[in-house]
Amino acid sequence: MSPEPKARIAARAAQELCPGEVVNLGIGIPNLIPEFLGPDSGVVLHTENGLLGVGPRPDDGDLDPDLIDAAKQPITALPGAAYFDSASSFAMIRGGHVDVAVLGALEVSAAGDIANWAVPGKDVLGVGGAMDLVVGARRVIVTMTATSSRGQPKVVAECTYPLTAAGAADVVVTELCVFRLVDGELRLTELLDGATVDDVTAVTTAPFVVTLEESHVG
Amino acid sequence: MTATLTTAAEAVSAIRSGDTVMVGGFGLVGAPLTLIDALVEESDASDLTIVSNNIGEPGRGLGKLLRQGRIRRGISSYFTSNPEAVAAVNAGEIEATLVPQGTFAEAIRAGGAGIGGFFTPVGAGTQLAEGKEERVIGGVRHVLEGPIHADVALVYAARADTLGNLWYRRTARNFNPLMATAAGVTIAEAGEILDVGELEPESVVTPHLYVDHLVAAA
Repeated sequence: MSPEPKARIAARAAQELCPGEVVNLGIGIPNLIPEFLGPDSGVVLHTENGLLGVGPRPDDGDLDPDLIDAAKQPITALPGAAYFDSASSFAMIRGGHVDVAVLGALEVSAAGDIANWAVPGKDVLGVGGAMDLVVGARRVIVTMTATSSRGQPKVVAECTYPLTAAGAADVVVTELCVFRLVDGELRLTELLDGATVDDVTAVTTAPFVVTLEESHVG
Repeated sequence: MTATLTTAAEAVSAIRSGDTVMVGGFGLVGAPLTLIDALVEESDASDLTIVSNNIGEPGRGLGKLLRQGRIRRGISSYFTSNPEAVAAVNAGEIEATLVPQGTFAEAIRAGGAGIGGFFTPVGAGTQLAEGKEERVIGGVRHVLEGPIHADVALVYAARADTLGNLWYRRTARNFNPLMATAAGVTIAEAGEILDVGELEPESVVTPHLYVDHLVAAA
């Protein structure tokens, strides 16, 4: 797939983040979000390997071997940043002090179940901090393409892959639309880039209710 | 207790076949690479259980020990960063215990703090909690997790004083201060070893009572 849909998903997900919120970004599409947050976004980035106040990527000549994010990529720390150990970092996450987790997924179900860590029979033996983040963050935003690389729908009636957590997703952003889980109901609230409800239906096996917000219709 | 200043080879001679060994670091950042190299080159201890967030990278860090076939079991949150570790698990050459990263950190903290276990909502209802005792607390399913201890911990700190007080730099802190507390013998590798009094008492992260042996980083 060209990177463009992923960038569009990241751009839309960035709009979900509010000034003052502490946000943890997962590996993959979420890692593209900082490009779409203005310098004055007021969003505070947390990385679970021990830093609150993640800054932009460093220039090549300015790499610090002791300073990486959870994707093991070089980062910088902003003025006012704080470092902590991994137990403190996850205490922040489980304790509800991290406002938002944005993460990728293999599947999200109509009930908001998330599967993002293991494909049976495939070489996936890593869960990292995903289970802690989806349980602990106050709001969980899933960013993913509407279908897998094999064209299989990823917003599904029930997850077929091992769960990361049940009922954890609040928002799902794909290249076609935004879904929100409200009162246990999966709602299509926004169509993106000219997609139609039929386009979404064609690649979604989860039942959903169409409740398009006025400003985004058409 | 005061740490003894020693060589890496002498320090890792504390590790016996069949031991459980904690190794700090998030990937290779904050990993005690001098001590790992000594374990690889100067020790013949085998049948080891390794407690580390990752099993190194291919041919790097703990990845060297893996190639020697000296790891019997890995307890980690993310084996995936070393495809050779995943292959070894799938081939039945090593046993893998996959733990959510926050639970991994907290279990090590508990191990060092004399806590017999804790209930966490993380993982409840997923494959990683199968067979574990559950309790509903505040209306939320929780899973009982036990402490993690080791025979020996290998940690890395940017600075130490000769007593064994440790100071960590940036995101190289991660699991190191937790592991320093949770083993029968703690061996610290330090980038810089200062005289007593040169570390500000308020900046000491690991007080020296946890540290048995101190080794200068190569």
